[in-house]
Parts: sequence; C-alpha cells; structure tokens
Amino acid sequence: MEFGVMMAMLGRGFVITVELFFLTLLGSLPLGVVIALGRMSKFKPLQLLMQFYISIMRGTPLMLQMFAIYFAPYYVFGINLTPDSKWTATVIAFILNYAAYFAEIYRSGIQSIPRGQYEAADVLGYSSSQTFMRIVLPQVIKRILPAMANEIITLVKDTSLAFAIGVAEMFSTAKALAAREGSMIPFLLAGAFYWLFNMVVEVIMDRVEKRLDYYHD
Amino acid sequence: MSDNKPLVKLENVHKSYGDNHVLRGISLAVNPGEVVAIIGASGGGKSTLLRCTTLLERFDAGSLAYGDLQVATDKDGTAVYGDKNVLHEAKLRFGLVFQNYNLFPHYTVIKNLIDAPIVVQKRDKDDVEAQARQLLERMGLAGNENKVPCELSGGQQQRVSIARALCMNPDVLFFDEPTSALDPELTQEVLKVIRDLASQHMTMVIVTHEMAFARDVADRIIFIDQGVIVEEGSAEQLINNPQHKRTRAFLSRYEQG
Repeated sequence: MEFGVMMAMLGRGFVITVELFFLTLLGSLPLGVVIALGRMSKFKPLQLLMQFYISIMRGTPLMLQMFAIYFAPYYVFGINLTPDSKWTATVIAFILNYAAYFAEIYRSGIQSIPRGQYEAADVLGYSSSQTFMRIVLPQVIKRILPAMANEIITLVKDTSLAFAIGVAEMFSTAKALAAREGSMIPFLLAGAFYWLFNMVVEVIMDRVEKRLDYYHD
Repeated sequence: MSDNKPLVKLENVHKSYGDNHVLRGISLAVNPGEVVAIIGASGGGKSTLLRCTTLLERFDAGSLAYGDLQVATDKDGTAVYGDKNVLHEAKLRFGLVFQNYNLFPHYTVIKNLIDAPIVVQKRDKDDVEAQARQLLERMGLAGNENKVPCELSGGQQQRVSIARALCMNPDVLFFDEPTSALDPELTQEVLKVIRDLASQHMTMVIVTHEMAFARDVADRIIFIDQGVIVEEGSAEQLINNPQHKRTRAFLSRYEQG
C-alpha cells in the first residue's frame, strides 16, 4: 500500500481521536466542577455519594467502564444495541471517568485558596456564587494548571482505549493496517500523531500558564 | 441618622468555642466620629469580638445593631440573627481591614477597590473609579493603580486594603491588628493613614498592639481580658492612670516588651 493512502486512513482515524478528545473535555470539564462542589458539600449524603462516585471511577479500568456503559442499556432496560451506541457509550464513559479526575484536581485547587480570601469577599458583601466565580475560581485555575496539563495529556493517549470496543479511532486503524501490511510502520506513524497532538496540548497549556503569570501569591 | 445614635451597638454578647467561653457578656456602643481602640492580651477575646461584630462568626447570646438595623436580637439567652437580606445590608454598613490584608491577588490595585462597589453595590463604574483613584491618592498610592498586589510592599498592600474598605463608603471601619504583619518602618506609614482618617472623623474600631498609637489616635480605649471588658476610658485615663489591677499588669508587661 502506498504511504499516502496509509496516511489518509490514519488521518481519518485521527479525526475520530480528536473528536473523542474534545467531546470528553467538553463534557468532563464542567461536570467535574459539579462533582467537586458535591464532594465538598456540607450535605453529607451528597458528599458521600460523590466520594463513592469518584472512588468507582478512579478505582476501576476505563475500559471496563466503557463496556459497562455499552451493555447497560441492553441488560438493564432490554434496549437493542446499534453500531452507533458503541460511539455514544465510549464518549459517555470517557466523560464520566475524566470528570472524576478533574473533580479531584478542582477540589485540591479550591481547598488551597486561603480562608482570608473568602472572608474578605464576605465582608465586602459578595454572594457565595459571586465569591466563587470572581474571587476563587480564577485563582484556582492558575493553581491547577500543571495538574490539568498532566491529565489532558493522559487523555490524548487514553483515547486509544476506544479501540477495545471497536471504535475506529487512530489506534484501531493503525492496528488494522499493521496486520494487513505485515509492517510496524503504521504503529510508528500513529505514535508520531499522538506525540504531535500532545506537543500542541503542551504549547497551549504553556501559553495559558504564561498568561496567568502576571501575579503570584 | 441622628448624631447621638450609635453606629454599632453590641449588648451582652456571649460566644463559646466548645468549653471555651471566649466572650462573656460584652457590651459596646460606637458613636459617629468616634475612634475606639481595643487592647488586650492574645486569647483575651478581642479578635473574636471583632469577628463577631463583622459577622465572620456568630455569637451565641446577645444582640447586635448597626444604626437602625437590628442584626441579631437576644431571645431568652440565644442570639437570633436576621435573614440574609439583613446580614447583607449590615455588611454594606461596615468595612474590615485584616491583619493579612487579604487583597485579591489576581486583581489589579484599582480592580481590588472598584469590583465590590460595582458588582455588589451596583454603582456606576465611572463614579466608583473616580472615587477609587482619589482614595489611592489619599493613601499615597497614586501611580500604582494597575499593579497587582504582589508588586507592592506590605505597607502598601495594607493601605490598598484600607482604600478597598473605604471605597464601599462604610459607616464604620474595623481594623484587626492592621500592623501586626508589618515591619516597624512599614507600620508607621499605615498608622499615618489611620491617623489621617481619624482627623477626618471616620468612625473606627481598631484592635491593636500599638499602645502609643492607640493613645494618640483613639478617643476611647477598651481593655479586654478573659472575655470581658475590664476597663474603658479615654486614652489618657486608661493608659496613664489605669484603675484596674489587670489593666496595670497588662500595660506594665507591654512597657517591658
């Protein structure tokens, strides 16, 4: 097979990979905030529920969660599975899993903000949501950026787990090509794609970090 | 508001942390234009008193009013607080300057001053900004509007935090050991600002360890020990001629350093 054709096929897989990456971030970044706030809630049942949720999501393999979410509609509700449901299940599993990790990073950031910041905001009359959005969150973002970069880079590579359920992302494509061609070249190329992707992620995170470097505390 | 009505009035306030009875029936009224200094040993209850008055903590029994606004009422030995709106309204009537400044590090100096007036008080941005610039100039901070707090010295940061509190146009300004985190030389520049405010008849309540400053600036000094007001009086009277044994002991310890 020609190199160009191989690249085109890998490129199509790459598009799926990128799609999974962005959909996961789109869902898990905000969901993580909700989980983190629940985890820190004074309402004990909610706090325990979120703690349990995080424990399950971090304590079991993402691959297993993908299968669980894929098969759940059939076993629990008797709904017939379609080829599309593989993709849906994968996206949902990734969002739920990554939201748990992000929640813990958010929590570490939120809890690192000194009490005095809340007290200063309180006596100035800010409501609790204004305090969170205007005073706490911007400072949290700066503090958690390195940890977030780590997690997002891991996500780029974790997208390859979707191969196990049969989503045609880049790693599946590379494996199929390698088997047909009897060559390791497709794997090498896929590796290069992941690396390049992560270099872009690194550059972007680095820029954001530099932009927030105008103050320290 | 009539001039003889106190701006802040606490009556028979009690506060415990577990078995530790920190405030044991404190009553205090601050009149318009008055500067009150609160002195006393660490752990004597002065910070707790200030935190209760500024609603950072709730007391167990007693009452609190800001002018005509009743914030907490004593019902059979239990303090009953007003609803959210009452507490919010009360917070707009006072300002608090913290020992550690607690400026918002991600905001510029000017933004530290104008954000709450715009967001909380919904005042006009241009008006607030003009006022903020004026305040910064009064604090000797002109030209620092667009710096962030970490670029300023401790003394400058504390002056910004005083300006931030003043920008809300409070009736009364509280200070919680405003110079305790500062070097002696930086202490003076902050004390000067507070002196200037006193000469302009800003109503202030200052918890401080600076005896000389308290004597100079305060109309009235209150000595608190073990959760009660042991003695109060004019600055001269209390520092030069203390009546109570505990006051004398405290002041003599201070003079010895």
